[in-house]
Amino acid sequence: MKTENLFIQGNEASARGAIKAGCRFFGGYPITPSTEVAENIAIFLPKVGGTFIQMEDEIAALGAVIGAVWSGVKAMTATSGPGFSLMQEHIGYAAMTETPLVIVDVQRGSPSTAQPTMASQSDMMQARWGSHGDYEIIALAPSSVQECFDFTVEAFNLAEKYRVPVMVMSDEIVGHMREKITIPEKVDVLARQMPFEGPEEFLPFKAAPDGTSAMPAFGDGYKMHVTGLTHDERGYPDASNPEGHFQLVKRLCDKIRKHTDEISRVKNYYTDDAEIVVLSYGIPTRPSLKAVSMARDQGLKVGFIKLDTVWPFPEKTILEGVGGAKRVVVVEMNLGQIFYEVQRVLSGVKVELLPKIGGEIHLPEEILQKIKLQGGL
Amino acid sequence: MITLDKNLCKGCNICTEFCHQHVYEESLTLDKKGVYVPNPKNVERCTKCQICSLMCPDQAIEVEEDDED
Amino acid sequence: MDETKENRFMKYLRRERLPNIFCAGCGIGIVMNTFFNGMEMAEVPLEEVVMASGIGCSSRIPGYVKCDSLHTTHGRPISFATGLKLANPEMNVVVFTGDGDAAAIGGNHLIHSARRNIDITVICINNSIYGMTGGQISPTSPQGSYATTAPYGALENPFDLSRLVTAAGASYVARWTTAHPLQLSKAIKKGLNNKGFSFIEVISQCHTYFGRKNRMGSPIDMLKWMKEESVVKRKADKMDESELEGKIIVGEFHNKPAPELSQINCKLLEDKCTAGKSSAFRSAYQGD
Repeated sequence: MKTENLFIQGNEASARGAIKAGCRFFGGYPITPSTEVAENIAIFLPKVGGTFIQMEDEIAALGAVIGAVWSGVKAMTATSGPGFSLMQEHIGYAAMTETPLVIVDVQRGSPSTAQPTMASQSDMMQARWGSHGDYEIIALAPSSVQECFDFTVEAFNLAEKYRVPVMVMSDEIVGHMREKITIPEKVDVLARQMPFEGPEEFLPFKAAPDGTSAMPAFGDGYKMHVTGLTHDERGYPDASNPEGHFQLVKRLCDKIRKHTDEISRVKNYYTDDAEIVVLSYGIPTRPSLKAVSMARDQGLKVGFIKLDTVWPFPEKTILEGVGGAKRVVVVEMNLGQIFYEVQRVLSGVKVELLPKIGGEIHLPEEILQKIKLQGGL
Repeated sequence: MITLDKNLCKGCNICTEFCHQHVYEESLTLDKKGVYVPNPKNVERCTKCQICSLMCPDQAIEVEEDDED
Repeated sequence: MDETKENRFMKYLRRERLPNIFCAGCGIGIVMNTFFNGMEMAEVPLEEVVMASGIGCSSRIPGYVKCDSLHTTHGRPISFATGLKLANPEMNVVVFTGDGDAAAIGGNHLIHSARRNIDITVICINNSIYGMTGGQISPTSPQGSYATTAPYGALENPFDLSRLVTAAGASYVARWTTAHPLQLSKAIKKGLNNKGFSFIEVISQCHTYFGRKNRMGSPIDMLKWMKEESVVKRKADKMDESELEGKIIVGEFHNKPAPELSQINCKLLEDKCTAGKSSAFRSAYQGD
């Protein structure tokens, strides 16, 4: 297939990205505003020999995805707020069992069922620790239809590299918006790794303190036992062993935390001489960037930081990007989630929040006003 | 020939009760784990029906089939 | 120990994990034996079996078996099994679950998988109580029975799981008890050989909790009770409700082959797949 230029929705772009990245199983459940991901991939998957199934709820959808992954395919699901809440149980299971998978969360107005057809970024903290316990995941935040495609491809590769659930934190606006995108003939695809050891020697959960092990499929002869209980290197339950639990959970966190620099994708605009820095992720980066260039036109030394990956939190990159700036304005479509992370990282810098909920995106003028307004929140 | 793995046996004596031929007898003294392990005392009565090994929840019993020849 | 003198199913077990965690006289170990027995009768090698289980005593079985297995979340193993099967239809997928797992928290997954008639064999060990958490009431506890969370007796009607799953669309359904190891083995054999959703309900003794709370005595007493109170379905069909009060109806509830989901899906892939390849089998290991 040649390079294609298409005029499509973000949700369709996510579905196309998944197919390109090698996704061959989708377990889903309809929910606004994510449904087009399922609808599109239901068309695409059989054509490449892959399987689509609509399950009885979101919990089952992610369960089926995890099962398919252990059968040796790449798999994903897509959902929105209420469905994302239901999936948390199996996100924790996937983190604990180091099951690589991708979830596209097309965020809508929340909490509860709130605003099915309106956008928000209110699942950002839930993406990090919505399931119980200490664990780490990776989350990307697309701001355009092209990024819905690119980040979904990237999500599959990161999932395989770190054996971790990866979330594409889309939203109603970017999911439903139509833009022209370019789908390359070929994308970089990271294949799952088989162990060098044979079944007799291989320990499925033995890894370096901040690493992962190779992952054979069920049926390959490795006879693996995979459990959500605290387990030893063989995968056997070992739930009452304090030291074993510490080593396991520490590794699950460290395999992400200690690779934050490799995982992080952060873009800096005009930050070199900036006195004020606007920081955003996902769809509000677009009015933010517009506001920053308007401020520059007015002679203000304003820079902009766009987080393409939000989790693990790119602390070091943000510190470098902010540099000597005195003020940082965080623009997000919630009442303050990533804001608190930024505040934590930038002690000594005045960090302000420009929140917006209700479903509508920030206007560049609102952001510009905030930039100019000294001493806000 | 009946073999009973005393490390696996937990002394439930389902075998003693459900053997139609009354091959087993519950021991009268506790073993080192504190259970009354069964004793295949009347092994000559065994018809090798395998009910005991099929009903042993701990896979502690093996009833050997006779050699064909 | 001389291997020839070991239990004949020891070769299927992760020896280093034994003895198992089950109470002395628990029915779960009997179900393990009948599974291996049925598997041998069905001529299914363990290499072709993958297992999934939920949470509870019964769900600990796969951890002792030398095969690939997913010990999953409470009530949801059938959803994982659905993904396992659809992504690799060659596999013989077996789910071990209990009454709390399958009928309470996982009830929805159970009926939907039965409706899909996906080729999974579900073995539900029904002991009418939550054993692992210490004796709470379950959706199959008889009305009036006692449990730590039903100190004055169960107020609610129990589920008849085999009838429920039959109504939901499974193609093979049978119920036996741990006091019927030969009949149970045969039902498991039929379940494994059935290309479709097979549900085998095993009434089992939890003397530690159900037995103690309901003054039913030892595992042996409970096995005898199950044997005595069982009525074969053919006979039960001719009895009236009052005669069946307190009885356990055993036997085949349903045995009617029907189109199976993973095969229907394979057919779709054959029809639609532009590469002419019907399967994405182990595609995760292919690079770009």
